[in-house]
Amino acid sequence: MKPAPFEYFAPGTVDEALALLAEHGDEAKALAGGQSLIPAMNFRLARPRVLVDLNRVEALSYIRSEKGGVAIGAMTRQRAVERSDVIARGAPLVAEAMPSIAHPQIRNRGTVGGSLAHADPSAELPAVAVALETRFRARSTTGERTIVADDFFKGMLETALEPGELLVDIAFPPLPPRTGTAFLEVARRHGDYALVGVAAVVTLDAQGLCTAARIVLLSVGDGPVLAAEAGKTLMGQSRSDDLLRAVADRAANRDVDPPSDIHASAAYRRRLVAVLTRRALERAFERAETKQPRNQ
Amino acid sequence: MEPRRQIGERVRRTEDARLLTGHALFVDDVRLDGMLHVAFLRSQYAHARLVRVDATAARRRPGVVAVYTAADLGDYWRPGPLLVPPPPIAGLVFNACTQVPLAKDKLRHVGEPIAMVVAESRYLAEDALDDIVLQAEPLPAVVDLEAALRDGATRVHEHLPSNVAAHAVQRKGDYARAARGAHTVIKRRFLYDRGASAAIENRAVVAQWDPRAEELTVWDTTQAPIPIRNGLAQLLGLLQSQVRVVAPFVGGGFGPKIMMYYPEEVLVPWAAMRLGRPVKWTEDRQENFFATTQERGQIHDAEIALDKRGKILGVRDVFLHDTGAYDPYGLTVPINSQCTLLGPYEVPNYESEFTAVFTNKTIVTPVRGAGRQHGVFVIERLLDFAAKELKIDRVEIRRRNLLRPDQFPFNNEILFQDSAPLTYDSGDYEPALDQALELIDYHRFVREEQPRLRAAGRHVGIGIVCYVEGTGIGPYEGARVTVEPGPGVRVRLATGVGTQGQGHFTSFAQIVAEVLGVEVADVHVITGDTREFHWGTGTFASRGAVVAGSACHAAATRVREKILELASHELNASTADLVLAGGKVHVRGGDPSGGIALGALAVKANPLRGAVRPGTEPGLEATAYFGPDRGSTASGVHAMLVEVDPETAQVEIKRYVVVHDCGRVINPMIVDGQIHGGVAHGIGNAFYEQLVYDEEGQLLNASFMDYLLPTATDVPHIETAHRETRSPLNPLGAKGVGEAGAIPTGALFAQAVEDALSDTGLEICEIPLSPNQLFALIERAR
Amino acid sequence: MKTVDLTVNGVTARRSVEPRLLLSDFLRNELGLTGTHVGCEHGVCGACTVLLDGEAVRSCLLFAVQADGHQVATVEGLSAGAVEDGALHPLQAAFREAHGLQCGFCTPGILMTLVPFLRDHPHPDEREIREALSGNLCRCTGYQNVVAAVQLACDGTPTPDR
Repeated sequence: MKPAPFEYFAPGTVDEALALLAEHGDEAKALAGGQSLIPAMNFRLARPRVLVDLNRVEALSYIRSEKGGVAIGAMTRQRAVERSDVIARGAPLVAEAMPSIAHPQIRNRGTVGGSLAHADPSAELPAVAVALETRFRARSTTGERTIVADDFFKGMLETALEPGELLVDIAFPPLPPRTGTAFLEVARRHGDYALVGVAAVVTLDAQGLCTAARIVLLSVGDGPVLAAEAGKTLMGQSRSDDLLRAVADRAANRDVDPPSDIHASAAYRRRLVAVLTRRALERAFERAETKQPRNQ
Repeated sequence: MEPRRQIGERVRRTEDARLLTGHALFVDDVRLDGMLHVAFLRSQYAHARLVRVDATAARRRPGVVAVYTAADLGDYWRPGPLLVPPPPIAGLVFNACTQVPLAKDKLRHVGEPIAMVVAESRYLAEDALDDIVLQAEPLPAVVDLEAALRDGATRVHEHLPSNVAAHAVQRKGDYARAARGAHTVIKRRFLYDRGASAAIENRAVVAQWDPRAEELTVWDTTQAPIPIRNGLAQLLGLLQSQVRVVAPFVGGGFGPKIMMYYPEEVLVPWAAMRLGRPVKWTEDRQENFFATTQERGQIHDAEIALDKRGKILGVRDVFLHDTGAYDPYGLTVPINSQCTLLGPYEVPNYESEFTAVFTNKTIVTPVRGAGRQHGVFVIERLLDFAAKELKIDRVEIRRRNLLRPDQFPFNNEILFQDSAPLTYDSGDYEPALDQALELIDYHRFVREEQPRLRAAGRHVGIGIVCYVEGTGIGPYEGARVTVEPGPGVRVRLATGVGTQGQGHFTSFAQIVAEVLGVEVADVHVITGDTREFHWGTGTFASRGAVVAGSACHAAATRVREKILELASHELNASTADLVLAGGKVHVRGGDPSGGIALGALAVKANPLRGAVRPGTEPGLEATAYFGPDRGSTASGVHAMLVEVDPETAQVEIKRYVVVHDCGRVINPMIVDGQIHGGVAHGIGNAFYEQLVYDEEGQLLNASFMDYLLPTATDVPHIETAHRETRSPLNPLGAKGVGEAGAIPTGALFAQAVEDALSDTGLEICEIPLSPNQLFALIERAR
Repeated sequence: MKTVDLTVNGVTARRSVEPRLLLSDFLRNELGLTGTHVGCEHGVCGACTVLLDGEAVRSCLLFAVQADGHQVATVEGLSAGAVEDGALHPLQAAFREAHGLQCGFCTPGILMTLVPFLRDHPHPDEREIREALSGNLCRCTGYQNVVAAVQLACDGTPTPDR
C-alpha cells in the first residue's frame, strides 16, 4: 500500500497553484488535506501524475464573519471550524455536523474545501452546504465565478468545478430570523461515514408557521439529496407530530431512491431517512421556536 | 524474612516500559544493511486456471533485484505441511489439501500469491507488480456452502470427487431414542459468518543468511517460532541449529499467526539465502484481508430434545464448516464447535455430524475462540427457545442442566481436538451463574426495571449465557531457569512460546519469583527466540499460562532444589531448615543477613578450582518440561443489558458482566485484560465485523473503512469477577483464559437483543447481526 | 527527489526523499524512529499517529515532503528517552499502572492522540475519553484499561512499584 510515483509542487499562492494546474491539465490533482486522496493513492486507486499541494497557500485558510454570514477559506482545517466561535454563532449547523466527520486526527488535516470538492455522497459537509444554500467561489487562470450549492454537486464524486479550477471560498449566508437547524446521522461507529444523515433548516414566521425549509440527506444518492417534496409539505404549516411524520414519510418515499450496499439495504436506508428526518425536524423546529424574531 | 507470595498478585508488567517508549522491537522494525523488500502479485480471481505468468518486464525495471514465479522455485515448490492431523474419529473422511507457496496451475482464492518481487524498496516492488503479465481463465467460484456440495458443483480441488474436505460424526448415547421419548423437540437453523482476526500489527518476515556462520536468522510475527524453525530447516536442507527464528514483540496474534508456514514465511528466507542479502516482507492491511487466515463460516441444523421440566435429553447437530481454499490446520475448528456445544450441561445423548467444505475463499484456521463460538451459540440459543416453549425462566432451564461439582472429572465420551477424550477436569458452575445473576441484578431487572421501562416505551433486554472452554492442551512446553552468577540477584528464564501481548514476561516471572524467593523485577524473561530455547510448540489454545507456566514452575522448582542442596553445604544446615526469600538463602530462625545471596551461590556452583562433588551439575540452572495429559476446562457466565432503538435498529450495550473461572489466577490484572479484549472481539463478531463475499468470491469490505472493528465508543465497561476452581492437571491449578471473553458474546447478544424486542416476536439465529440485518428481522417479524 | 528539512522530537533532520514517501515510512526508515507503527495505511487504525506542530495526525496520510519546515513529535520524544522506570512520561506511567496496553502495537498512536487531547481537556469525563480514543483501534484491551489509564493520568499519580 505505497503510492505510485508523482511529481510534486507546493505553491505558496493561489495564482501559482492555478498556473500549475493549468500547465499540467488532466494529469494534475490538487492536494488539500489529503485524508481521502492519500488513502486512495496508497491503495493505488488514484494515481495522479502531478500533485499540486495547496497546504502552503496560507491565504486560503480563514474563518470570518461576512455580510451577516460566515466565509471560510477552502484550505481551512476542519478542526479549526470545529473550534471556531464564529462558526458556532453564524453557522450552527456546520458546528453541529463537525464532530461526525471522522476523528480529530483526520479533522486536524482535513479541509473544508477538500471535503466539498471531493463530493463524497456519504460526507457530511456537502449535505450541510446544500442545506445552507452555500455559495462557492472558484478561481482559475481565466477568472473567478460563484456557484450556488444546488448547482455545485453534480454526482458521485463530481462537482461543477472545471479542470484547472480551484475552490477558494465557501460562504454560508446568514440565517433568517426564527430559523432553526439540526444535523443528525446514523453511522455504524462514531466517526464512520453515515448510513444516512440529514441536515435540516427550518424558518418560521411569528405565528410559528413554516415559511422556508430545506431538508438535505446524505448517503442516499450519488450526492447530497435535497428532499424537495418533504420541504414543500412543511410550507405554511405549524409543527405537529402528524405533520412531521407525513413530511418524513415523503422524504423517505418520494424524495430518495437510496442504494443498497453491504452496510445498509435500500429499505433500511428508507427507514432511516424517515426516522432521522422526523427527529431532525423536531430539533430544528424547537430551535427555531426558541429564537427571538430578528435576533438569532 | 519469609517468602512472599507472587502468584495471584496484581503485578505491573515488566515488558511495558519498552512498549510505551517505542523501543520494543517488532518484526517490521528490523532494519539491516542492504536489506531488500518484497511485494507479492496476488490473485484477483477467486477461482481461475492460471495459464501464463510473464515477469520479463518486471525483472527489467530499475531497482528490481529478482522476480520469482512458481516455475522459478524448482524443487522448493511444494505444498505446505498438514499442521494438525485430525483425531482418530471412527469413519472420518479427511482430504488434506495444503496451501502452495506460489500458485502454479490454478488460483483458488483472491489474494493467493502468484509472484514475488524483490526490490530495493517496497515502493519499487509495488511498482513492478504492474509489469507482470498474467493470463488466466476464470472459473465459477465456489462460495456458498450448500451449493458447493451439490452434484456437479465446480470443484476447488479437481483431483477430489467433491468439495468435501472432511466429514465426521461423533456420538454419545442414542439421540434418536432420546428424541422419541421427549416431551419437546426444538429445531432451528443457525448461521455464523466469517470475521478477520485483525491484529493491528500485520504479519511480517525478515530473513538474513550469514554465510560466515552458515546461519539463517528469521524474524517472524509468529505465535510458534520453534515449529517454524524446524520446518524451515527441513525445507531449506539446514540443520535445526543453523536456523534461528525470533518472534520478538508481536502485535497481537489471535490465532492466524500460528505455525502456518504461510507462503511468505517460506519464501522470504529462501530468497534471502539465494540472493545473499537480507530480505523483508511486511504484509499491508489490504493483503491481510486476503492472505491471513480467517474464521467462523458455519451453518448448523440443530435440535434439542427435552423433558417437560426442561432437562436436556439429547442434542443433534448437523453442520457445514467453511474451510476455505485449503485445510492445513486439519479439523481443529469444527471439532471445537462440536465439543464446545456440550457446554457446562449434562447432555446424555449427543449426535454431531459435520462436513467441512472447500470454497474459493481465504483459508480458515483458528481465530480467538476457534470454533467454540458456534457451539455455544447453538446450545445457548436452543436453550433459550426451549425455555420459551416450556415457559421456564431461561436461567432456570440452565440451572436444571448444569453439571454438579461431584460429577468431575466428567467424560463427554467424544474426542477433543487434541485427540484425547473430551473430559472436563473440574468445575463449579452453579455458583458462577448465581454470581452473574447477582452482579447484573437479574431478578430485579426482570421483575421491576424491565416492565417499568417497557411501559415507558423503551426496548431494554437482558441476556445471560454459560459456556465452557477447553484450554491448555499439550503436547508440551519447556523452560530453562538460570541464576546468574555475580553480585546481587538476577535470574534468567527462557521459554519457547512467543508473546503477542498476553504478559508472559510478567506472569512467568511471577511463577519463578515465587518459587525462588526473588522479586519479579529480578527475573529476566526471554521468549520466542529459538537460540535461547528450542523445544516447544507455541502460543495457542489458551495454553501459555497452563503449559508453559507449568514448565517454568517445574524448572524453577529444580533450581530451587539445587540452591537448597548447595546452600546446605555452604551453611552447614539441613535443606529443611533453609529459607529462600529476598534473593537469599538463610537458615530458618537465623539472621537473614547471614545468608547467601543467590548470585554468590551461583558463583560457588560453578567453581574454577577444586572438585565438583560427584552427581552434581555446575551452575544453578535447570531445564524442565510440562505436558498435560489433556486440556483443562475453563468456564464462565456472561450477562448483558441492552437497549434497542427499534426505529433505527441501533443497539446500545448498557452493562456487561463476566464471571469467569480459569482456575488459579497468576496475575488478576492480566486475566482481566484478557477478558476485556476477548469480550471486545466478541462484540465485534456479534455486531460489527463480517467479511462479506459476493457470488464471485470477491471480498467486498477489505479495508478498515468497511470492515468494522469496535472502537472505544462501541465497547462498554466490562465488570468482571473471578472464581477459582483449580485444575488437577497441572501443578499451578491453572486453566487458560486468552480466548474466553470472545466465546459466548454472540449467543449473549442474540438473547439480549431478542429480549429487548420481545414485543416483535423475532428470533435471532444468525451472527453477526448488523443493524441492517436486525432491521430486516424486525420487518420480517411484523 | 525533494529535500525535507524538519524538526523531529526537537532535533533537526534533513533528507532527500521521493515525494511519494509517506511520513510514516520516513520516520521509521529514514530516521529509524520505529516507535511509530503502521497498521493500515489508510488512516483508520491510528497506530501511526504523530504530532504535527502539536496536533495529532495520521503519519500514513501525509507525505514526508509536506512536513518540510514543520515540527513532528513521535512516541520516542515523550519520555526522557531512557527506559528506566523514572523516565516515563506521566501518561506512559499511567498506562503501565492501569494495564492500558497488551501487545503494545497500537499504544504509541494512542499516546500521541492523548497528548494533545489532555492538553485541551485536562479533566475529561469517560465519554469524552472514549470519543477521543475512537480514532485508534486496539484489538487487545477492549479499551477499558486504556480509559482507566487516562483517568489515572488525570486524577492521580501512579503508585510506585510495590
